[in-house]
Amino acid sequence: MPDTQPAVQLEHISRYYQMGETSVRAVDDVSFSVAGGEYLALLGSSGSGKSTLLNLMAGLDRPTSGAILSNGTNLAGLSPLELARYRRNTIGMIFQSFNLLPRMTLEENVELPLRLAEVERSERAGRVQEALERVRLTHRVGHRPSELSGGEQQRVAIARALVNRPKILLADEPTGNLDSATGEAILSLLRDLQTQLGMTIVMVTHERPLAERFADRLATMGDGKLLGISAATRGAAQ
Amino acid sequence: MKLSDLTDMALRNLREAILRNALTTLGVAVGVASLVAMLSLGISLQQLASKRLSQSGLFDTIFVTAKNTFRGMGRPQREAASDKPIRSLDEDARHELEKLPNVMEVYPQVRFYTEVRFEDKPFATVVAGMPDSSRNSGAFDGMQGNFFSSTTADEAILQIEFAKDLSTNPPSLIGQELTLRYAERQAIPAAGSEASSNGGEASGGFSVVPKQLRLKIVGIVETEPAAGYGGIGNARLLMPLDTASTLRAAQVNDLRDIVRGSSAAKTTYPSLSVRAKSPSQVEALEASIKNLGFNAFSLLDASKSLRTFFSVFDSLLGIFGSLALAVATLGIVNTLVMAILERRREIGVLKALGASDSDVQQLFFIEAGVMGFLGGILGVGFGWFLGRAITFGTNVYLKRQNLNPIELSSVPWWLVILALAFAVVVSLAAGLYPASRAAKLNPVDALRYE
Repeated sequence: MPDTQPAVQLEHISRYYQMGETSVRAVDDVSFSVAGGEYLALLGSSGSGKSTLLNLMAGLDRPTSGAILSNGTNLAGLSPLELARYRRNTIGMIFQSFNLLPRMTLEENVELPLRLAEVERSERAGRVQEALERVRLTHRVGHRPSELSGGEQQRVAIARALVNRPKILLADEPTGNLDSATGEAILSLLRDLQTQLGMTIVMVTHERPLAERFADRLATMGDGKLLGISAATRGAAQ
Repeated sequence: MKLSDLTDMALRNLREAILRNALTTLGVAVGVASLVAMLSLGISLQQLASKRLSQSGLFDTIFVTAKNTFRGMGRPQREAASDKPIRSLDEDARHELEKLPNVMEVYPQVRFYTEVRFEDKPFATVVAGMPDSSRNSGAFDGMQGNFFSSTTADEAILQIEFAKDLSTNPPSLIGQELTLRYAERQAIPAAGSEASSNGGEASGGFSVVPKQLRLKIVGIVETEPAAGYGGIGNARLLMPLDTASTLRAAQVNDLRDIVRGSSAAKTTYPSLSVRAKSPSQVEALEASIKNLGFNAFSLLDASKSLRTFFSVFDSLLGIFGSLALAVATLGIVNTLVMAILERRREIGVLKALGASDSDVQQLFFIEAGVMGFLGGILGVGFGWFLGRAITFGTNVYLKRQNLNPIELSSVPWWLVILALAFAVVVSLAAGLYPASRAAKLNPVDALRYE
């Protein structure tokens, strides 16, 4: 499944935060690459630096040193505007707390990235419909997020992440706020997207058993360092 | 993001915190309203003053006299050395003046001291001839009765004080008749016939013959419209200028003409009023009249300093009006800074989805602009209403004082545009800081924020 061409390549990435006198090494000299079409799980306890790493890959944060190459471009060298364009066109993101805008209906939430990308109005409805069908959520589209269950909200968030047809999907603890059955359903949805659309997925999680079942490889972080990368068993799910 | 999408989102955001945003908008509206009310007050006072003054004829009228007349006692005769012959202000001169460009009318001052009989009692007064153009003068606004029915009617308008002398109930005088007794100049025939040109006096001089004329009282006016220039005192009985002229009543300058003997052949006027088509032409006209060899003077300078006064007055009112708008601006800043705190997470999400800094900045900017625009519209309405209320209140007071109502508030279209533009610009300026602050928000921090 995974291509040989890396979708994201991290080269000696460090990210330090200055906290008064001391500098905190959230990410410390991490190098690995994610192949195109690969499903990688980033594991680690809280504070291990896995979310920081994800934000760096998303172009939401800049590394203190090192290079992040995505399709040959170094994110560290991009202007803020170019980074915004990268987030808009190349990256789709989902979060533990879904981060849907509560005032908007499901359709409007999914439409948001299309607005940001200045997609023509006439084209939007079809794209929104297509994305919602991908996550198997075509009813209740006129409702507000608060009227939906957690699992449904995460599906909407995935639809929103997909609507601009990005190459890479970054997921930050996507099952953290869901019960285990719903969480499993979301992860299997992500895997379907990987197989159907050939998407590259990087998922931060602290649930190793789930990661073992759905991801291709597991990268484990600890104290800002990469402790190791291993292939997942993937046996139980298949 | 496209402007339509930004506006759509901005309006949605504004609707979401409807109470707070409505109050902020109301603050802008009050600021704009005070600005509009103040300025409209200033504008209308200026209009009122210049309307009264221009109607009074003081600012578009040039007073023409013959040279060497009305010199003060002991003053040197400045023009004495002039080569030009001294020209008298006669009928020829009047026609010549009428032919000058931009002249609306030329009329003589006809004023004479005389006696009026009413119900067989004598009353001494000054009579003045009013040109037909004075019909539109502010002094005749709100008078009782009517203006003269024609330029040659045997009709009179009384000044209220004089009317009170005649009767305890002045309005009852309208429609009644009075008798004007005056001294008529009659030429003493020398060689020619009586019917010579201009009905003028022959060189032999003239005799003064008592005459009388019955006049119908058609109106009572409160102010004295012809006060001021070239007069010999306030006129209290007004009659049509043409009627007054044909009386050929003896006037103050007649005696001087006899003594001088310079213009014995023709009627001369003590002074002529030349009315320009607009005050802006007065200066040039004044110069060309002087070229003809007459004395001319106008009150244009007074009108200029009046304009200066009002521009200072207006800007003071504008400054006071703007103070309220400045306070409203702080309201916008406050509301938007609050909104940033509240919508921190949302800003983070937008950025994670690919919104650029300028997208976020424009979003807040448009929210500020919309509040400014709506506040501006509302404020112009409030301001207009406030102006009406002030006018109404003032007129209630004026009515109690038995004075004529006035228009105290004027909202011209340019003030509406100006106030709206000002409200939007000021609001955008107020949105500058919050918008850039929102744009600079670190998305990682914003997403972590609960």
